[in-house]
Amino acid sequence: MKIAIIYDVIRWEEKDLVRAIRELGHEPILFHVTSFFLDPNSKLPEVDVAINRCVSHSRAVASAIFYEEKGVPVVNSAYTLIVTGNKLYTTMKLIAHNIPTPRTLFAFTKETALKAAEKLGYPLVVKPIIGSWGRLIAKVSDKDSLESILEHREYMQNPQYKIYYLQEYVRKPGRDLRIFAIGDSVPLGIYRVSSYWKTNTALGGKAVCAKINNELEELTLKAAKAVGGGVLGVDIFEDPMRGYLVDEVNGVTEYRNTVRVCGKDVSKMIVNYLVEVAKK
Amino acid sequence: MPIRLQCPLCGSEVEVPDDVLPGEIVEHEECGAQLEVYKDSNGNFALRLAENVGEDWGE
Repeated sequence: MKIAIIYDVIRWEEKDLVRAIRELGHEPILFHVTSFFLDPNSKLPEVDVAINRCVSHSRAVASAIFYEEKGVPVVNSAYTLIVTGNKLYTTMKLIAHNIPTPRTLFAFTKETALKAAEKLGYPLVVKPIIGSWGRLIAKVSDKDSLESILEHREYMQNPQYKIYYLQEYVRKPGRDLRIFAIGDSVPLGIYRVSSYWKTNTALGGKAVCAKINNELEELTLKAAKAVGGGVLGVDIFEDPMRGYLVDEVNGVTEYRNTVRVCGKDVSKMIVNYLVEVAKK
Repeated sequence: MPIRLQCPLCGSEVEVPDDVLPGEIVEHEECGAQLEVYKDSNGNFALRLAENVGEDWGE
């Protein structure tokens, strides 16, 4: 089978996918989207299925739309990438599917954001609706701090930063969970352990292989399906009172640290899922 | 056999392994530039300055 990898910058994951595709007897076709232009009227190289691994969300969505419309099954789909690339959209989908999430409010102006904060109470967390790796996410302890953050945001050029996503601060037990959904299976996950309130491994959070119980498995699958399904990394908080809360879902999930601590071949699991998708 | 390419910043030669893939980031030890391997319009490997992390980069 010919399996395409749509990508821009190569990370460990993309190289490992090339290895897994070859070891499973398939042929990797590399679509390095910044090496060529895309012609909607051209004939594409023949491929059976593609995985989208662009590190730039804008390029991921644009290229997924292009290849899908050219008839290539793309994992994750443009729809899933759009939902997971927008925290507001993800939260709306999770709530629509009755998935427990941290209490979250949205506002489009500084004034309404301050009112939303009064309703949530402090401390709270302000996030941009776009972005990743914990970038520009702020824990806010009082109104003065929030006003300063909102003022900075008001002067930022990108209008997306003026969509305010305010979330209750969940008192996590020094860790959270990143659980992986690959199609209908939930093969593995990690704890991200950190004494800092942001647990992203990109910010130094330590990965520890997690045991996945039935509740986590069901919740992860439900969250994955809520955003359109595919290969997803679901971020879950453990709230002392309410139990598991789904925080975010990652559409181009990284798994290098997970492979390192769990010792499983995630790339081969993904490739086997791509083959299933191609056969449908 | 390594492939010899030209650094777009300092102009000197950069060697990359022959199994290099487009999209890989290499550091040019001589001048310290972070470079991205890509394929030019003739399908040949070439180097350009690597992009900075963008606002929309991530998972």
